[in-house]
Amino acid sequence: MMNIPCPFCGSRNEAEFAFGGPVKPDRPDPNTVSEGEWVAYLTQVPNPLGPVQERWWHVKGCGMWLTIWRDTRTHDIVEGPADAE
Amino acid sequence: MLDLSLLIIKYMPMMQKYSAAALLRHGLNRHTTWPRAWRCPPLKDAYDVIIIGAGGHGLATAYHLAKDHGITNVAILERGWLGGGNIARNTVTIRSNYMRDASIPFYVKSVALYEGLTKALNFNMMHSKRTMVDVVQTYPKMRELRRRQLTMDIYGSTYEQISVDALRRRIPALTGGGLDARLPIIGGMVHTDAGVNRHDAVAWGYARAIDAMGVEIHQQTAVENLLRGADGRINGVQTNRGLVRAPKVVVAVSGHTTTLTETAGLKLPLRTMNLTAFVSEPVKPLVDVIVNCPDAGFYFSQSDKGEMVIGGAPDMGQSFRRDIKQHVFEDTVTAMLSLFPSFKKLKLLRQWGGHLDIAHDASPIMDQTDVPGLFITAGWWGGYKAIPAGGLTLAHLVATGRPHDLMSKFTLKRFRHLDYVMESGTTTAR
Repeated sequence: MMNIPCPFCGSRNEAEFAFGGPVKPDRPDPNTVSEGEWVAYLTQVPNPLGPVQERWWHVKGCGMWLTIWRDTRTHDIVEGPADAE
Repeated sequence: MLDLSLLIIKYMPMMQKYSAAALLRHGLNRHTTWPRAWRCPPLKDAYDVIIIGAGGHGLATAYHLAKDHGITNVAILERGWLGGGNIARNTVTIRSNYMRDASIPFYVKSVALYEGLTKALNFNMMHSKRTMVDVVQTYPKMRELRRRQLTMDIYGSTYEQISVDALRRRIPALTGGGLDARLPIIGGMVHTDAGVNRHDAVAWGYARAIDAMGVEIHQQTAVENLLRGADGRINGVQTNRGLVRAPKVVVAVSGHTTTLTETAGLKLPLRTMNLTAFVSEPVKPLVDVIVNCPDAGFYFSQSDKGEMVIGGAPDMGQSFRRDIKQHVFEDTVTAMLSLFPSFKKLKLLRQWGGHLDIAHDASPIMDQTDVPGLFITAGWWGGYKAIPAGGLTLAHLVATGRPHDLMSKFTLKRFRHLDYVMESGTTTAR
């Protein structure tokens, strides 16, 4: 069971959250990048064996979106949202 | 009798034929004279083909490389032990009720190969063609399954709608989902081609057969890096036992595909997720079909030992863990009890997860990558049922350089052209 630190509500069970996916790199300007880079942006997500930065939505709580670093090997939250206690 | 065994010795020089006569002969020697099922040879410096991962797809690919294409200078490098990855962690469901024109013929072939595998490998797969029954509780799901039925009809797979009464006669333990339920059962679908078999037998049967044809299986051999030559081609792998060269390398490692390919500077459109399974204590025969409840979000079958083998939903988010999250487990059990309230008394013995990689159209990728000589078989979500056809078609690609007809849509190019094979027949897309 994973507890996610919400800046507003405190440490809450992950069952209260909806998963928002890993944080992708910034959207490139489709007019200037190559086709390969554009397709890579559209189709590839970070899939690290280790910490991944991802978004969670506290949908059954305060409704806040937060960004955490979670280790994909252990589910340990290695870095909570910036303004969490 | 003598002539026949001579013939077999000529055909498969090192393989002991398993038969009633062999059982009797070795039994008289108190079973102390059985030969080893496969060798443990020294690791050479170079091979024609290296396959990373001694799981189902790696073993089956080696089998078809040797049998269909005569390529036997092959090494399978396995970090752990033979058949200890996802082939030991799945729920052994073999079926072909998929949605897409690209998928159905592939899985029809795979089911047919599975049914002949006991004979082909001289190893008892304990194949039990026992039918899968879908319990449908929503109209959108019913429409989707009936649409699948129409496509499956074209490719010779079986799917048939049955009434709620017929469904309850077929599965007497299905006592929930009545008219007072939140989601009353509205009907069912029957897939008579589906079955289960013994996963260890698949790994061991393939291993024994490829070993007899000269393929080497190296366990406890972890590949740490893929190595590329100055021309960009793959030319070998770095392992914990030293450097091994080969002009062709096949990555068949399920969840760790991107971890490995990124060592060669190759990014892939895959993410790794953890899928849940657990098993109950053994009970008397109660359910003789595979039961799939897509709307409730679980499926199960009863093993020959009597255990209920239950599968559920994936964890949210990427995961390389091989275990189960408590709330995913609880949700799956709650869903199961809503349809099978009598299972409340079942004790659950073991739970586990397996990590798999998935592309966002939920279809597999079997292709040569942008690194020449580097092949991947990945994105398998429910890859157990695909093992024989996956091996057949990937071996064709590795040996000839051309994709097999059955897998020509499962390329990496489809991401480049945004030409996806959106598949709703996989576990996760339910």
